[in-house]
Amino acid sequence: MAIEIEAAPSVQLSRVADSETHGENLAYFAGWKAYDEDPYNEASNPSGVIQMGLAENQVSFDLLEECLEKHSEASTWGKGAPGFRENALFQDYHGLLTFRKAIVSFMEEIRCGGAKFDPERVVLTAGATAANELLTFILADPGDALLVPTPYYPGFDRDLRWRTGVKIVPIVCDSSNNFQITTEALEAAYELAESMNIRVRGVLITNPSNPLGVTISRSVLEDILDFATRKNIHLVSDEIYSGSVFSSSEFVSVAEVLEAREYRASERVHIVYSLSKDLGLPGFRVGTIYSYNDKVVTTARRMSSFTLISSQTQHLLACMLSDKKFAKNYIEINRTRLRKRYERIIDGLRSAGIECLKGNAGLFCWMNLSPLLEKPTRESELDLWRTMLQEVKLNISPGSSCHCSEPGWFRVCFANMSEHTLEVALERIHKYMEQRRT
Amino acid sequence: MRLQLSGKATCNSHGQGSSYFLGWQEYEKNPFDQTRNPQGIIQMGLAENQLSFDLLESWLSENQDIAGFKRNGESIFRELALFQDYHGLPEFKKALVQFMEEIRGNKVSFDPNKIVLTAGATSANETLIFCLAEAGDAILIPTPYYPGFDRDLKWRTGAEIVPIHCTSSNGFKITACALQQAYQEARNRNLKVKGVLVTNPSNPLGTTMTRAELDLLMDFIIEKQIHLVSDEIYSGTVFSSPNYTSIMEVLLKYEKAEVWDRVHVVYSLSKDLGLPGFRVGAIYSNNDSIVAAATKMSSFGLVSSQTQYFLSALLSDKKFTKNYISENKKRLKKRHALLVSGLQNAGISCLKSNAGLFSWVDMRHLLSSNTFEAEIELWEKIVYDVKLNISPGLSCHCSEPGWFRVCFANMTEETLEIAIRRIKALVESASRGRDKVISSQRSSKNNSRKKSFSKWVFRLPFHDREAGER
Repeated sequence: MAIEIEAAPSVQLSRVADSETHGENLAYFAGWKAYDEDPYNEASNPSGVIQMGLAENQVSFDLLEECLEKHSEASTWGKGAPGFRENALFQDYHGLLTFRKAIVSFMEEIRCGGAKFDPERVVLTAGATAANELLTFILADPGDALLVPTPYYPGFDRDLRWRTGVKIVPIVCDSSNNFQITTEALEAAYELAESMNIRVRGVLITNPSNPLGVTISRSVLEDILDFATRKNIHLVSDEIYSGSVFSSSEFVSVAEVLEAREYRASERVHIVYSLSKDLGLPGFRVGTIYSYNDKVVTTARRMSSFTLISSQTQHLLACMLSDKKFAKNYIEINRTRLRKRYERIIDGLRSAGIECLKGNAGLFCWMNLSPLLEKPTRESELDLWRTMLQEVKLNISPGSSCHCSEPGWFRVCFANMSEHTLEVALERIHKYMEQRRT
Repeated sequence: MRLQLSGKATCNSHGQGSSYFLGWQEYEKNPFDQTRNPQGIIQMGLAENQLSFDLLESWLSENQDIAGFKRNGESIFRELALFQDYHGLPEFKKALVQFMEEIRGNKVSFDPNKIVLTAGATSANETLIFCLAEAGDAILIPTPYYPGFDRDLKWRTGAEIVPIHCTSSNGFKITACALQQAYQEARNRNLKVKGVLVTNPSNPLGTTMTRAELDLLMDFIIEKQIHLVSDEIYSGTVFSSPNYTSIMEVLLKYEKAEVWDRVHVVYSLSKDLGLPGFRVGAIYSNNDSIVAAATKMSSFGLVSSQTQYFLSALLSDKKFTKNYISENKKRLKKRHALLVSGLQNAGISCLKSNAGLFSWVDMRHLLSSNTFEAEIELWEKIVYDVKLNISPGLSCHCSEPGWFRVCFANMTEETLEIAIRRIKALVESASRGRDKVISSQRSSKNNSRKKSFSKWVFRLPFHDREAGER
């Protein structure tokens, strides 16, 4: 067995343990390391590396903290802690009903009532990372493939493939039409898989897109759904950024498309959501799978045993999110603040001579540095990335780590820092671009 | 053409298709409640520790700030909300290893850098098997064992479990012969043995492994060059002698030997602290590759940072932990004695045990025949007529019929007394011979229910209504 040759003496691990599919040797993670070694700090390390590769939402914590003050029983189980023991014992993989209802209500609020969700179809998982892997285990067998539009979140290489043994076949999108998914691209991806004798089990889209920061239009969603129906495969829509669409009217969830079709053929559709981005709570590990397929719901629920959400955290968030006034207010204000950040960075980049893809969502913008490349190659892109990291001291994510088919694009996060830090970053970019011109 | 799901979704390895969890269903339909439903079914199939919540609640009332996301008066809400580092909160890992050391009488020390946090021991066990084995491989496990292992270790990993048969002839201890036979059985089935997994203290036996057994295991894994996983989830529930010996203690004499990085420990706070809802599990290993791989895999099941922080404060409070560990043991010992003596009065003996949240009860003499059909028949009677939900040995893969696991720590003392009275009544009526008549009447009236049992009696059923009802 090949594994024995490369394994450390006497310690034979599984293929999964030894493989590199956990994906941590990519530039995406290498940038993190550089940041960790020399992190920017306004006071103590003003010339350090500014982290712009982390899609975190830090703009609305004050709202959460205010809510927490108002609902102290959320974190302390109330005076005398009457609910403590029941909560500590609660490990039912159906999840706390109050929490499921609160999540459903939050998801409906984000979609401005454009879709209704049933708490009985919500399966809870420890983060969207777990939700995506779980769905892959359920929808595909080892050796099968999921089609994923490029550019995509680098973590998918691990989440969808590592332990599942499932492959990703890219749906190649490019700047000629603003990276929109086309039926031609879908068909091409499917044919490519077929030509390699790989069985396609589903399409996985992220809407709004990471790293593009753009929502998928209703007509494209319809096309994707039609394609999945034609091929009799599944459609997973990761809507983790749905609450970060700058203007509420611009987001169309696949749930709305299904509702408009009266849920015909909806048993192939599954939605992933999480509170990591919209609420800025990645540490609490809150993800969900919402499926219109009963067997998927049942199976996912059983499988969620491996990745349950702490009941302490379910209780906390059930209390907070059940405050509908808070939820509505939060969504609105959060949106506004993100939009303001986005406008600031776009403006700042533009005045430095840099253009971005027109975005309308997310915690990042998709920046076009292709005019700066020596050659239109991945190597040139990585050289530029290294320059950005080592000279300009900004950690941004190169498009190649997102499997972008065109070199020169970078994902730049703007919501994980203070306004001041963002200005410092823009200043540095400005300076760099000026230096280049001279 | 129908839309398809994966093989894993359509197979039965999650184990819930078996009609075994009839017991659970019946309990759900008619749950005992001291005031509102005193005739209902008493749940004795759930290995939960409900004896020491008052100690936790009292700590909580004195440390409201901790639960309120404060550290030294300052809010750390943001910091925690953003903390998703799969290396885990350093202060929590430190507190956790210290707690593990305390439980082991400080006879061993743990390095916080070698611990991997996971969402429960369910996740820890699965993650370890993902690291050690795959389709075509086998893990050897002594019977009887926790029914959840069939799902946790096999479902998504593709690995197989081959039993190491233990019998009542020697108190269900592991023997060299049984180990070799299991290894051979795996070979006969064309499976490559990757390791042995033991639970110590044992579920469902409630016994701690002897030094001799532990040495035997070490010899075996050295000889076969395989791994050993010791699930020590019940290590804090050892309430009487013999004293607990963790595999970590045995490992001390093998430090820097080849086998040293093939022994791994699983732990959790679900049983000792009674916090199954908080999903706190851990893998401990001297093997750098395993720690590295398991750490990355833990991305799929991280512990909530809110919970990590809360528990780091709880477990760092040495006054609390010292008192908790000793008081918890006292209470478990008392409960255990109550159940054992109560059963004794009814002429029912238990395996002599010194740990866990349950007793391994010998009801062989109540069987109409020495068969698993008779065991299930008796179990049905206990669920439907005696109104107690207990776990039949068959579900734990016990090789001898007639043994049942009965939990004692998930109810009040009064409820336990009621359960004991009911068992006594059963035994009394059985000895008056009426039962044999009743059982033969029932078997003719309920052929359909019996039919639904016969096909799964020879399968490997287990109940899994909720995650981790060990």
